[in-house]
Amino acid sequence: MSIGAEVPRDRAKRLLTGRGRFVDDIQLPRMLHLAFVRSPYAHARIEAIDTAGAISMPGVIAVYTAKELEDAVSSWRPEHKLFPTMAAPEQHALAKETARWQGEAVAAVVAESRAQAEDAAEHVAVTWHELPAVTDAKAALATDAAVLHDDMTTNLAFSTEIVTGDVALAFRDAAHVVEEHFRFNRHSGVSLEPRGIIAEFEPGENRLTVHQSHQTPHQQQDLYARLLALPEHKVRVICPDVGGAFGLKHHLMADELVACVAARLLCRPVKYIADRLESFLSDIHCRDHEVHARMAFSAAGKILGIEVDDLFNAGAYGQYPRTSIAEGNQITRLTGAPYGHEHYRAGLRMAFLNKSILGHIRSVGHPIACAVAERLLDMGAADFGLDPIEVRRMNYLSDDDFPRTSAGGVEFESLSFNGCLDKALQMIDVPGFRETQTALGQQGIYRGIGIATFVELTAIGPEYYGEGGQHISAQETCLLRLEGSGTVRCYTGVTDQGQGIDTGIQQVVAGVMGLPLADVEVISGDSALCPVGGGSWGSRGAALGGEAALGAARTLRGNILNIAASLLQKEPNDLSIEQGVVIDAASGSRHMAVSEIGRIGHFQPYTIPDGVSADLTVVERYGSRDRMFLAGNGLQIAVVEVDVDSGIVTPLRHLVVHDCGRILNPLLVREQVRGGVVQGIGAALYEELRYDEDGHLMTGSFADYLVPMAGEMPDIEVAHLETPTKTSELGAKGAGEAGTAGAVGAVLNAVNDAIAPFKASIAETPITPPRLLRALGKI
Amino acid sequence: MTAKHWRIALTVNGEAIAREVPVRLNLVDFLRHDLGFTGSHVGCEQGACGACTIVMDGETVRGCLVLAVQADGCAIETIEGGVDDDLRQMFHTLNALQCGFCTPGMLLSAAELLRANPDPSRDDIRDYLSGNFCRCTGYQAIVDAVETVAKARRS
Repeated sequence: MSIGAEVPRDRAKRLLTGRGRFVDDIQLPRMLHLAFVRSPYAHARIEAIDTAGAISMPGVIAVYTAKELEDAVSSWRPEHKLFPTMAAPEQHALAKETARWQGEAVAAVVAESRAQAEDAAEHVAVTWHELPAVTDAKAALATDAAVLHDDMTTNLAFSTEIVTGDVALAFRDAAHVVEEHFRFNRHSGVSLEPRGIIAEFEPGENRLTVHQSHQTPHQQQDLYARLLALPEHKVRVICPDVGGAFGLKHHLMADELVACVAARLLCRPVKYIADRLESFLSDIHCRDHEVHARMAFSAAGKILGIEVDDLFNAGAYGQYPRTSIAEGNQITRLTGAPYGHEHYRAGLRMAFLNKSILGHIRSVGHPIACAVAERLLDMGAADFGLDPIEVRRMNYLSDDDFPRTSAGGVEFESLSFNGCLDKALQMIDVPGFRETQTALGQQGIYRGIGIATFVELTAIGPEYYGEGGQHISAQETCLLRLEGSGTVRCYTGVTDQGQGIDTGIQQVVAGVMGLPLADVEVISGDSALCPVGGGSWGSRGAALGGEAALGAARTLRGNILNIAASLLQKEPNDLSIEQGVVIDAASGSRHMAVSEIGRIGHFQPYTIPDGVSADLTVVERYGSRDRMFLAGNGLQIAVVEVDVDSGIVTPLRHLVVHDCGRILNPLLVREQVRGGVVQGIGAALYEELRYDEDGHLMTGSFADYLVPMAGEMPDIEVAHLETPTKTSELGAKGAGEAGTAGAVGAVLNAVNDAIAPFKASIAETPITPPRLLRALGKI
Repeated sequence: MTAKHWRIALTVNGEAIAREVPVRLNLVDFLRHDLGFTGSHVGCEQGACGACTIVMDGETVRGCLVLAVQADGCAIETIEGGVDDDLRQMFHTLNALQCGFCTPGMLLSAAELLRANPDPSRDDIRDYLSGNFCRCTGYQAIVDAVETVAKARRS
């Protein structure tokens, strides 16, 4: 059985020889290149645009402003029917009349080469009228704030509240209350391969073909068809090798849409690859939340209630088509989710302000929900003189509490908090660490340990986007085709950006069918070839795509056995398949190779009696009807050393115990979890998109925006428990959020533990040296 | 008036190449777009991410920080020219890559490290590879792969 085996990836061999095929590797005949003129201001009215100087430059084919594109492409509004009162301002492919963030494109130059397009872009003359910029959510909601959108009277995009139980009573009865004001600053996914697209239009067939570095080809097919008024079956979106995505490549991006429009207007292929500065300026960003939270405890240390107020922003518009609400929504749903309290109030307010659009990046909302609750829990434990482990043990939902609907309103099928903690405590000697910590503290070396328990929401069901009105597939379909030679092509609607889901699905198909792994090839990332599907985001590939593949593999296996049984004059149930050979199920004796079935099934089908189900191309789909998420869980422990003179935090050790149900391939899951942890450590310690008070980005390069490199990172120990979901046969939950979900909380708690001897604390990330030195009162 | 184009002659992966290039063209764009060696990637164009790492006269350089005209008379090696097979194999076995965008640069840097230091510690490996940004892995599988190859070569 290949499911669960540690199998390396086929695709990796190609990537290791430099034979990857990323969007920028593709060159098409007579291909043109796109460069943008971007707003230098965070907020400015466009008084006039003079393109005459640019159009006469060498190699220039066309220069577009919003006016030229008006009839060629529709605008859009990010609406969500589950949040009907959420403001959904109109956005255009190129800014029309007003630019609302620094970097918003206002004109596009198409030329024979990128260098020529950039040269000419410098000769587009824009007359600007600078407007007051709103750069933080609190200021955006002030009564005298400049309002971004003409059809709104304030910058408030949305506000809501969840109330469970009687939180006021819980706080009144509390023996202890802890309270903290947190700030989680803005960062992004920062894929190493920037966003990129090649669009080509064939006027004779009215056909748009797009090669795009993206996670969701079918979603893009739908969007491009609607926005460009093309029949959907005339739009094909191909996602070749994708150089990392992490959520920033599953949205509509205005820049890429302009490439599609230009290709259609010019009937020539148009390429656009974002450079690094454009990426920092105009990628989808994430976090940028201020959270005020309180936790009420009984005298014994039980959590009685939690109150959370999240203030964040959507950036200048809202992310399309998913909207920008989810990060705040996840925070209100998930804060304190591992614990058994019954009284809960969580409010959120989302503002518009003059920065790039904020949306869904890996582990949406989870790191904040986790960090807030875990920090409050440690603060409470310190007040009581309880050990952080003890206080968690006392408050965890236990195995017999499930199924349960959390105080935040999320359904939990079965989670393993105590099991994960038990496992973690086998991996790290906490009492031993405490002894070392004390001894080193006496020498002026300050180390800390931090624990963070998290819930991971994966494999989103149809209730969120289906009910929300978005055209985002909440089910997955798998098409399997037995070739005449007995090998199998598998077409899936989920996509692979390196996480290895292609290999996971290959293992499912080969495992269920009884074929050698090498006899199955998985084809993904092509909206014309693959069944309509949702792509990969929100840790849905294994749980949804894997289950659809399991169903299809079972059907195809059944048909192969039907054919074999009819030829052998046996019952299908008496036969099985192993290593590509039909065998007698009881004795294991060999009957015939699957290649024989392929040959007969395709080339001599008249030998198969009528009435035998003998289809060798089969399709099965899988989607849940009755749940919004599949919840997994885990915990992380970080050990750090803090240099109290420089403010530098050094991660020394990090461990993760994770339960994502059944694991298709531990080799792939382990390193994916580690990659998530590193992104979480990045958010905790280094990564920040900093803007000045006028809304100018100050971190436009890797010299200013720090990402974790190998030298700063510790080894990361990963262990797994497996509590399979019973909602599917495969039992897999998603695995991609876990690393990032828990790392911020673990590091935040570890740093606070390290500086506890100074009676200091910190509640803002990234924990940069200046912030830490300020917390220590040294600057 | 200064020349806008310049004729260069160099070898790429052992093959003799002569071309006239714009003087402002950087080496990695020349390799990728003019010669079709797309295995070297462009991640930042600021010399920070290491995705464009190539070997020039035996030493790794950032392909985005070298102009094509500076490579006149040089021997250039890219990932397509090959890298130590044992290293490449171990990256595959241990899943030391996900999206693969950083991988060519990572492999060339790792190969250079093992030439200079056949017995690197994990910290040595981490330090040496700290000019190559990987956003997908936790770096650990990469460090494991380099360490395993170093040990195997010594045994």
